[in-house]
Amino acid sequence: MASLVPCPHCGARPKEEFTIKGAALARPTPDAGTEAWMDYVYLRDNPRGLYEEYWHHTSGCRRWLVVTRDTATHDIEHSRDVALSQLTDIRP
Amino acid sequence: MRYSALSLLLNGLRGNKTWLPAWRQPEPKPHYDVIIVGGGGHGLATAYYLAKEFGVTNVAVLEKGYIGSGNVGRNTTIIRSNYLLEGNNPFYELSMKLWEGLEQDFNFNAMVSQRGVLNLFHSDAQRDAYTRRGNAMRLHGVDADLLDRAAVRQMLPFLDYDNARFPIQGGLLQKRGGTVRHDAVAWGYARGADMRGVDIIQNCEVTCIRHQNGVVTGVETTKGFIGCGKLGLAAAGNSSRVAEMAGLKLPIESHVLQAFVSEGLKPFINGVVTFGAGHFYVSQSDKGGLVFGGDIDGYNSYAQRGNLATVEHVAEAGKAMIPSLSRVRVLRSWGGIMDMSMDGSPIIDRTHLDNLYLNAGWCYGGFKATPASGFCFAHLLARGTPQETATAFRLDRFTRGLMLDEKGQGAQPNLH
Repeated sequence: MASLVPCPHCGARPKEEFTIKGAALARPTPDAGTEAWMDYVYLRDNPRGLYEEYWHHTSGCRRWLVVTRDTATHDIEHSRDVALSQLTDIRP
Repeated sequence: MRYSALSLLLNGLRGNKTWLPAWRQPEPKPHYDVIIVGGGGHGLATAYYLAKEFGVTNVAVLEKGYIGSGNVGRNTTIIRSNYLLEGNNPFYELSMKLWEGLEQDFNFNAMVSQRGVLNLFHSDAQRDAYTRRGNAMRLHGVDADLLDRAAVRQMLPFLDYDNARFPIQGGLLQKRGGTVRHDAVAWGYARGADMRGVDIIQNCEVTCIRHQNGVVTGVETTKGFIGCGKLGLAAAGNSSRVAEMAGLKLPIESHVLQAFVSEGLKPFINGVVTFGAGHFYVSQSDKGGLVFGGDIDGYNSYAQRGNLATVEHVAEAGKAMIPSLSRVRVLRSWGGIMDMSMDGSPIIDRTHLDNLYLNAGWCYGGFKATPASGFCFAHLLARGTPQETATAFRLDRFTRGLMLDEKGQGAQPNLH
């Protein structure tokens, strides 16, 4: 694992400042049905390679990020602020 | 060749030049009744019990590396059966009973040493929790002793009893717990399986699972196609990747767990001790090195190496429990990839394909379970029904709401 994690707000910061939640999955709608919810809560792709995860910059800006990381080499490709990136998705 | 004092003497007199290899290096046959993917402890134990207890000898174990290169040689060698839940306890106790007879059973010295496992507690609430666990163990016929502070102090006088934040109030002791030499477990099972006709094929990675009309026909490997009657997956940290070849998505994440060994010291810690206020467990090997570990690093990983932040965290927890560790030098550390399940408990079950069977989700508790896991998986493969102590380890328990969550953490694998 890289010792420094890029934060879109704070720059490169020590890994220990972050808390890792896990897979960044799209939350199903409330009426999506049991199977979709089962999949969301319990099943994981668990790839060897690039993976998107929710990370919280707990000891920094306290923003929720999506970090794109390689699970075999531990290289971090990209990180983005979850809320802000959703805003830009809505306003092109 | 059967190992005995006599064989040792005779081979010694012959200058140790007549020992035979412990297992063959066969080329794969075109077809086997059962193929097991993964030549780790669980895969080898499965093959061993299939051949020995269930009479299925046309078996191959496919291992992508070499025997002992994975988690079976990368753990802290602890065995115990101090589980709380109904679905877990009888299974781990079966494992403990198999450990107790293992060396005679497979005729190999695995250095099974029942020197005791002591879990420390540091508060009234934790005492209550451990009392409950001890009672649950006793109700299942497992030994458990609740020790008070004075009794623990007598056993281990060098712990930090008056730590301002985590004073030691006592501990839950399982005397039958202990340690086993992990490599010897792999070698013993490999030899025992090989002697009974099982082909152990090393450096043979499965690249594709061939299936037709809901039935597995065989596997593509780096040594070509091998057909099979039944296919058992026991791929530990790579379970998700192997299951994906059969179109199966698992309730599993792969995480890295580190372990450490110190320089050799004089006899210091007799049994296994675990810290109740942080994640730290330690024992002393027969060579004198302290073997210890802590929590998983907390992020998905397929790399068999960990992060320095976790090393520091483990060292801090260790020093909080045993202050005199501060001057001990660490010789080696290593990482293994754990198949962390969504409730912290394993899966031994059939799958959506008729003749495909799954053994996975051992989290970081797989080593102690090796004999029972092999026995129960062999039972399932041979008879098609779960062994009676392994009926709770179903793949569909998440759908049915029958989770086996020992720690009560929920579907968050990096916290189990």
